[in-house]
Amino acid sequence: MIARCLMLALLFLAWVLPAQAHKASDSYLSLAVQGERIDGQWDIALRDLEMAVGLDANGDAAITWDEVRARHEAIAAYALARLHLSSEGAACPLRVTGHLVDAHTDGAYAVLRLQGSCAAPVTALGVEYGLLFDIDPQHKGLLRLTHGATTSTAIFAPDASIQVLQVAGASRWRQFGEYVRHGIWHIWIGFDHILFLVSLLLPAVLVRHAGRWQERETLKASVLDVVRIVTAFTLAHSLTLTLAALGALSLPSRLVESAIAASVVLAALNNLWPLVHRWRAAVAFVFGLIHGFGFASVLADLGLPQGALAVSLVGFNVGVELGQLAIVAAFLPLAHALRRGLFYRRVVLGGGSALIALLAMVWLAERALDLKLLA
Amino acid sequence: MLGKFIVLFACAGAVATAGAAPYIPASGAQVLERLPGGLDPARRQLQGLRTALAANPHNLDLATMLAQRYIEQSRRDGDPRYLGYAQAALAPWWKQPQPPSSVLVLRATLRQSTHQFGPALADLDTVLKRDSGNAQAWLTRATVQLITGDFAGARTSCMRLYSRAPELVVQACLANVGSVSGQAAASYERLRQTDDARADSPAPLRAWVATLLGEMAARLGRLDAAEAHYRAALVLDPQDSYLLGAYADFLLDRGRAPDVLALLKEHTQADALLLRYAIALKTAGRPDAARATAELGARFDAAMRRRDSVHQREQARFELDLRGDAAAAVRLAKLNWAVQKEPADLRILAQAALASGDAEAQALVRAWIKSSRIEDASLAATLVRLGSAA
Repeated sequence: MIARCLMLALLFLAWVLPAQAHKASDSYLSLAVQGERIDGQWDIALRDLEMAVGLDANGDAAITWDEVRARHEAIAAYALARLHLSSEGAACPLRVTGHLVDAHTDGAYAVLRLQGSCAAPVTALGVEYGLLFDIDPQHKGLLRLTHGATTSTAIFAPDASIQVLQVAGASRWRQFGEYVRHGIWHIWIGFDHILFLVSLLLPAVLVRHAGRWQERETLKASVLDVVRIVTAFTLAHSLTLTLAALGALSLPSRLVESAIAASVVLAALNNLWPLVHRWRAAVAFVFGLIHGFGFASVLADLGLPQGALAVSLVGFNVGVELGQLAIVAAFLPLAHALRRGLFYRRVVLGGGSALIALLAMVWLAERALDLKLLA
Repeated sequence: MLGKFIVLFACAGAVATAGAAPYIPASGAQVLERLPGGLDPARRQLQGLRTALAANPHNLDLATMLAQRYIEQSRRDGDPRYLGYAQAALAPWWKQPQPPSSVLVLRATLRQSTHQFGPALADLDTVLKRDSGNAQAWLTRATVQLITGDFAGARTSCMRLYSRAPELVVQACLANVGSVSGQAAASYERLRQTDDARADSPAPLRAWVATLLGEMAARLGRLDAAEAHYRAALVLDPQDSYLLGAYADFLLDRGRAPDVLALLKEHTQADALLLRYAIALKTAGRPDAARATAELGARFDAAMRRRDSVHQREQARFELDLRGDAAAAVRLAKLNWAVQKEPADLRILAQAALASGDAEAQALVRAWIKSSRIEDASLAATLVRLGSAA
């Protein structure tokens, strides 16, 4: 009779298993490697820890912070016994330095702050992950490994529980390359910098003569003008970027971001109602100082590896310059070809500058007043 | 330059999604998590079984009973963690090529739940080779075959249930296949009559059949009957997440978003139900629609991070109905269609095909309608517009 009931129970549940599902169990492990030192954070669902070590002391199906706190040692012991890091065959012992909590999409998680050290600077990190696999074979460990500006990810599952992750530190060149890439990328997505540069470059194929625009005769003259402007901008922002990245100078980011927006407005308006033409290189230098602070805040977000400060700083700078050069290389031939005639003066220079000024004014308002105007 | 501006605006929108920061709760009494099941005695029973199995992990009867209970729980709550626990209970046999039949059937069920349909069928065939009288294996086999669109195979498997399973189960199996393969009206009538004649069947079985009847009646356009079936099912089993989802879809089709909100208010833990809830919020023009959509988006992102593709049907619907991204929707709907072919899969494929104008998806829909002879009134409007677009 019992067998019959059981069979019945299962009979129709077979029909309706498909995808109602919530997410299955995951843990989120982030590790940051710096030389031989490893810092980390490990988020493990309270539900999973309840299954593994028991948290709900009073059995009321609600887990309080006190109940979690009372089990911190057990949680740390359970977790550390199921994560083994190694470098070149030697273990990198870990310890738990702090306990917090956080919310993920499927509930509350215990957050373990980790710290560890290896015998020598890490070039390849061995990770052996075994959390919860005995309790829930569908559990996965999602690892995010950072080293300077490089991030790699890995997914641990019962059939992929041991993995070796390369840490970029082995090669200074690779690290340099990463930061060059970040520099280029930042210029590419940093529209305020691009628009500032474009505003200064737009008149480079023209010359101001008796209150009127005239085209420059030779490409050489235009190139010289562009080189002066770009060099001034580069010198200035490299200077402040370096000083800010080294912590010698700092400005509040809202001020910097607002000033950058203002610089774009002024540069664009200067094309519509020219005040400064011959001295645009000087303008580029002065405002370049401000833009350097903007680059520095990006670099600060990426994090500068202590061991490779110079390499990453120079790399990022080189990346920014390469990005700029690409813009100039795309801009100059086109502008040179179009420079004769009203189209360039009215539509490209006039219309373009007006658009840029308008957009930058919106930015300025947003940044200065902390508003959100553009979607 | 224009391209850049477009990128610019796209970037501005993407910045706002950052995670919360870890914190230390202000008070020790603060409740951080409520365990699913709460004080329900079923949770205690499961814990008891688990403790017993831990003491004796190679006890086959205990292991299969626990696995079965976990699978049941997963279906009820729409929570896949229980599927993992079920698999863990079967650990001593899980990797064996020839485990006991009771384990094979459960392994097939678990494999099916992660869309490993081929390995699931292989397990079932192994069982049936040993014992062609295993009704559970035939029924699970019919299920997998139906999901993957093998109607002839599914019908054959259902037929093997005759005299091996209660008549209502046999008829439900057959009607479920017939209903989507050219015999919608006859299948519905036969199952309804059998259900009437077998009113003494166990409540869970009747709830399941009532749900099936509701879906069949809705596809036939018999709306009052469908409503009555769904309500009957809800009386029998008010918590079943599959039933709640099916009834919510029915209500959404009728433009009864407020009813969906009332129905699902307490059930947004399951992604599939949060999806319906968010669509209802949006339809009803409620301000919290954006928040529900963002929450659902975060859940899909979390699922993608673990490389889950089990949710593509829901995700396609999310992209289409909530985010309005027809291109993403049709891409997901096609990926999903390659794996499963239930009416809900066809429906999202057709809707995404129409919204995106994707020719390949439209061709898939037309070919399937023709070959399967499925009748679905809720698809009619979409199909008419697809037809005229051809």
